[in-house]
Amino acid sequence: MTLLTVDELDCRYGLLQAVRGVSFDIAQGEIVALIGANGAGKTTLLRAIAGAHRPHSGRVTFDGADVTRLPAHRRVSLGIALVPEGRRLFPSLTVEENLRVAAVGKRRGRWNVQAVLDAFPLLQARRKMPAANLSGGEQQAVAIGRALMSNPRLLLLDEVSLGLAPVVVDAVYRSLANVISEGATVLLVEQDLTRALRVAGRVICMLEGRVVLEGAAQSLDRNRVIDAYFGLRRPAVGGAPA
Amino acid sequence: MTLVNAIVQGIFLGAFYAVLACGLSIMFGVMRIINLAHGDVAVLGAYLAFVVVERTGASAFVAFGVALPVMLLLGYLLQVTVLERSLKAGILTPLLATFGLSIVIQNLLLIAFSPDVRSLGGSAGAFTTASWHVTGELSISALGVLVLVVAVVVFGALQLFLSYTRAGWAMRATAEDPDAAELVGIDSRSVYARATAIAVAIASLGGLFLGIRSVFDPASGPTQLIFAFEAVVIGGMGSLWGTLLGGIALGLAQTLGAQLHPQFSVLAGHLLFLAVLIARFGGGRMTLRVAR
Repeated sequence: MTLLTVDELDCRYGLLQAVRGVSFDIAQGEIVALIGANGAGKTTLLRAIAGAHRPHSGRVTFDGADVTRLPAHRRVSLGIALVPEGRRLFPSLTVEENLRVAAVGKRRGRWNVQAVLDAFPLLQARRKMPAANLSGGEQQAVAIGRALMSNPRLLLLDEVSLGLAPVVVDAVYRSLANVISEGATVLLVEQDLTRALRVAGRVICMLEGRVVLEGAAQSLDRNRVIDAYFGLRRPAVGGAPA
Repeated sequence: MTLVNAIVQGIFLGAFYAVLACGLSIMFGVMRIINLAHGDVAVLGAYLAFVVVERTGASAFVAFGVALPVMLLLGYLLQVTVLERSLKAGILTPLLATFGLSIVIQNLLLIAFSPDVRSLGGSAGAFTTASWHVTGELSISALGVLVLVVAVVVFGALQLFLSYTRAGWAMRATAEDPDAAELVGIDSRSVYARATAIAVAIASLGGLFLGIRSVFDPASGPTQLIFAFEAVVIGGMGSLWGTLLGGIALGLAQTLGAQLHPQFSVLAGHLLFLAVLIARFGGGRMTLRVAR
């Protein structure tokens, strides 16, 4: 069953076209990795799906309903949650307040403060501490936990490994594995190709705002992905990209 | 002993300024809006109470109880109809919008009530003139104590709201990062509207005290705005308890300045404000944060 459909999505910042005519589907329970170089439009695409960026044109359909015009907070109550790039915690709120403020009343599910603390045991001792005082890995765990508090049906993860030590990234992904194993649908942006190919069932590669390669993670040859990633063997396109 | 008296009166006066400044501080802390109509909103609240007193003969405090829900609703509507649109257009537009609003309120009051000065003092009961004479030179007015107690209660209640309720966390979260707040399901529009409703309600409480302490007319707003603004800046912009302390510092400066010479009263407050402004922001970048 298709959970998310992105149809000819076009996102702009003024004259800059960050996402150009992107279309894809995500089925319930799928783990999809979105890869691409810096500036490929991955973050903008994720923000447009979450409702934080209003697209110039195109459509986002979630669970059969057109959500293109819905503000972000309404999409959260429908079951879309984004873990934004750079974590974006509320610095003066404690860990527990960061989690509880994100508990959207209507959606029921297994996630609550205790469940998040169980999934990320490193947070247990930090519960009453302002988010500003946490380490990068702890902050990332709170950011993921905060997104889970709305019991999302679609979890969008934007570069959860950014700025973290490799050992911390491993820990974050181990915790994520628990979340994923419970049948969540995930769309994640990941710079680390090896990790992306390992975690995801399907990979979408973006280059300069367009999807240049898409396929099941096992079926993709690593070299082909790298070519698409850097745009090494793309057909000659007239005009310089923006 | 006259110095002690000046300090006591300064604290009472400062508590009044703090109540006036509270809403200004909230709106700045949550939305980064400097509401130039804040003083006029306070005066509007005083007139609303005045109308109720005139029509019913009720006490000013009862009249305020009637005016309060009206002011809450007005604040909510002000946000969703005017300020929300202006916020989308950059930082200058809300300033211009509230400046215009200030002129509109003043002129509507002028049309409705004429330029005559009014007071709520007469309808607040004997209480307003009661005082305890501690010594010949030190007297503590009942009204002064009431204003101080109310100020502490208002700021304390706001602190409890911001620290212990989900709506309060949502307000702090939105103040710190509105974009991220939306992404965790917080409706920033409704948070902003609630903040403005609270700010307007507390402003009208300031208006009530203004009307009981002295007199007001349609043009009283801007003066109240200046004192409120000075209290906010002295206390640190966007800091809640800072605003209470800033108001008291301003009140102290005014009563102590008056000790030197009656003409120095208001001037001393302005000088303190300027000194704080230069010390805090001189050459540096302004840092904004909301009270925890």
